[in-house]
Amino acid sequence: MTNDQATALNTTGTARVKRGMADMLKGGVIMDVVTPEQAKIAEDAGAVAVMALERVPADIRAEGGVSRMSDPDMIDGIIEAVSIPVMAKARIGHFVEAQVLQSLGVDYIDESEVLTPADEANHIDKWPFTVPFVCGATNLGEALRRISEGAAMIRSKGEAGTGNVVEATRHMRQIRADVKRLTVLDEAELYAAAKELRAPFDLVQEVAKAGRLPVVLFTAGGIATPADAAMMMQLGAEGVFVGSGIFKSGDPAKRAAAIVKATAFHDDADVVAKVSRGLGEAMVGLNVQTLPETQQFAKRGW
Amino acid sequence: MPTIGVLALQGDTAEHLRALADLSVTAVPVRRPTELEKVDGIVIPGGESTTIGKLLDAFELFTPLRERIAAGMPAYGSCAGMIMLASEVLDGRPDQRVLSAVDMTVRRNAFGRQVDSFETDVVLDGIPGGPFRTVFIRAPWAERVGPGVEVVGRISGGAANGKIVAVRAGCVMATAFHPEVTGDLRIHRAFVELVRHA
Repeated sequence: MTNDQATALNTTGTARVKRGMADMLKGGVIMDVVTPEQAKIAEDAGAVAVMALERVPADIRAEGGVSRMSDPDMIDGIIEAVSIPVMAKARIGHFVEAQVLQSLGVDYIDESEVLTPADEANHIDKWPFTVPFVCGATNLGEALRRISEGAAMIRSKGEAGTGNVVEATRHMRQIRADVKRLTVLDEAELYAAAKELRAPFDLVQEVAKAGRLPVVLFTAGGIATPADAAMMMQLGAEGVFVGSGIFKSGDPAKRAAAIVKATAFHDDADVVAKVSRGLGEAMVGLNVQTLPETQQFAKRGW
Repeated sequence: MPTIGVLALQGDTAEHLRALADLSVTAVPVRRPTELEKVDGIVIPGGESTTIGKLLDAFELFTPLRERIAAGMPAYGSCAGMIMLASEVLDGRPDQRVLSAVDMTVRRNAFGRQVDSFETDVVLDGIPGGPFRTVFIRAPWAERVGPGVEVVGRISGGAANGKIVAVRAGCVMATAFHPEVTGDLRIHRAFVELVRHA
């Protein structure tokens, strides 16, 4: 067999391979970690993946300044420390950070509003990459714009680093309501809906027909307790990202394991009650209503 | 008409349930020992094998599941499911537990990281209808299989030429790839037949 034939037979980076990777994460918890030690605690607790970053969102808020992709040495250290998938964040629109992360061998890139945006008009064109991308969304139109750019997974934005689940709730309910509404429209009405959503017609049509997003939908932003995670799952999330909520709490290992169990048994209040006991201090949290608009991460992204 | 359970602790349970529903089989999610008792066969989905193993333990499903399979209940595992069904895991975690349903050694993430995940065609023995379009996602392969384990499919071509990616041992089947995400129902059909005749 020639090399060309082999390439035609074995293809990496297809939509199925990228979206399929997100399918394998379903029902799981992805945890923000800033050191190899934290990554090991997350893996021990049953995380399906870790998100390697320099500072958790709560510290990004506290310290301010421009927030960027993590140091490659730090990402290498985390990749080395665990056997589960490792994700990392690139700034919105910063396609070179994404190229670097792909070259480091991360398993998923989060084009994230938690970092300082690098482009105020455009997101990364994600199709040419072999590595898959997850992007945040606050509503269906935003989710479909990200999917049209090549995102293979969507998460709610929530309001990261607050320990306050209210924005994630708003986004999950909004996405769910937008999807439901499409399913009752007739074909002619879908054109107007696509215009309203500012989303490509073919994706709008696909969602209307299937009654769901064409990619996996996780939740993120402010999840701090097992009950928060279970609530998001009951609102239609297929899995959970936990950022500051674990390593800004009193007993990270115990809280992490509890959130993993509550996510898997999200519809069983007895399990959620049992794992919620004796977790120590939750992260302190911030009131989203009192945050000045410039500090609201969810407003970033277009 | 048998009922087939799909382990629903973590992973792409929904895709397996859908594939079985498309074959008009009664398929139910399984997360508790009482749910396991009611099924005639079990599918272990793709997902993160370390997470699935921990949750099997935490919710007291590990031992009943291992005992049911040892007693002859048919089982099929894809990817993480193949790892769970193996007797030995390489590149796993030191505390990684497996069900030892098939005498084989699997290597976890054998093909590399997600950027190395791929699609290819694999010819499967005993599955008519031509080569199977397969999707490998951070997939394992079987590095050693014991006597009595039938090799059903191997990678052909490339750096992993000849690696074992589908096996069968008695009423247990395992694939390193994910037929549940391709819409090709032939492997699920073969498993349903296995459960019917068990």
